Amino acid sequence: MKVKLRNPDRTVEVSGPTNVRALLEELGIVPEAVLVIRDATLLTRDEDVFEDDEIEVRPVLSGGAR
Amino acid sequence: MKCKVCRDRAVIDIRRHNAGFCKDHFLEHLTGQVAKTIKEFSMFESDDRLLVAVSGGKDSLALWDILLNLGYDATGFYLDLGIGAYSRASKDASVSFAEQRSAKLIVRSLAQEHGLTVPELSKLTGRVPCSGCGLNKRYEFNRAALEEGFDVLVTGHNLDDEVATLFGNVLHWNVDMLGRQAPVLEERALEESGTALVRKVKPLVRVAERETAAYALLRGIDYIVEECPLVEGNVQHRYKEAITLLEEASPGTKHQMYFGFLKKASHRFQQEPDGAEVVACSTCGAPTAVWDPARAAVCSFCKTKALALKRKSEGSVARPPRKRRTH
Repeated sequence: MKVKLRNPDRTVEVSGPTNVRALLEELGIVPEAVLVIRDATLLTRDEDVFEDDEIEVRPVLSGGAR
Repeated sequence: MKCKVCRDRAVIDIRRHNAGFCKDHFLEHLTGQVAKTIKEFSMFESDDRLLVAVSGGKDSLALWDILLNLGYDATGFYLDLGIGAYSRASKDASVSFAEQRSAKLIVRSLAQEHGLTVPELSKLTGRVPCSGCGLNKRYEFNRAALEEGFDVLVTGHNLDDEVATLFGNVLHWNVDMLGRQAPVLEERALEESGTALVRKVKPLVRVAERETAAYALLRGIDYIVEECPLVEGNVQHRYKEAITLLEEASPGTKHQMYFGFLKKASHRFQQEPDGAEVVACSTCGAPTAVWDPARAAVCSFCKTKALALKRKSEGSVARPPRKRRTH
């Protein structure tokens, strides 16, 4: 499946099927730090994702002057 | 995972509440958390005029959306910091949201107001960009609120922001900063100059950053996802990463740290042990803290601006910004 990552924008290929928890673990991403999006809908950790899916992993932590 | 309320498919898990929510019940839950915070800390009343500082990011636009949905008189304020394409995109996101919601947005530009941008300020004074940016925002937000006659200045600081700030203040034992860290900063008026520090509130302190992002996405708010290009190496971001690891291992850590601080510790820091006195800045009249009454009181903003404009006119620059903490 195609997984879009941000900051900087890039796309990586990950083989499926798997679930969100395992996908993030494979990518070395802490689940609390991101949203996982498929077709403009959010996915929880237990959701299955498939070979043909296009997934976005969107970081949520912002820095800088607040 | 099922929605805690309706048992439909959940779109988000909030582990510190040990709950999942479908889209509709998550939006309802988050709105309720903000309404609860406004009430708990007596932040403002329904007839107050609110100025919401918006950056085009998820927190401020989500907050503005929630306040409008709750029926508050909430005007947006966008400050163009002059950070190239990033500022253009963040301004577009703010303007577009205001248009969609038929909400009033005030737009000002640092370059037009003061002849300086954040990158220029950093280059000319040697301040790290986030430090100069924070100084400018605090000053301009307050000035805009005063000039436009707003009762309360509302910012989108969320739970992660507050915990990261608290974490940094404890790591460095910034006791004066610990004394000022609160969801509400009361107005401080100066009769002599007719100016004031406007009442400042943070209605998102109960809401994690991941939840404001989810709210914005589920509401179809087109916020700017890209990070500011000047933020690299920012220490606040590193604190957030560390805290997120703790939260992942032990859900509820962030909430316990922040609300535990408010309940059990913040009052211990609330005196002003440094002996600072708040007086009017001799340049602009804005309230500023002075430690030595014998010296002319010039606020940090005016000092920094004067230095930057002097160096700009001379064509000189400062040494590269030092690596230092920013809050």
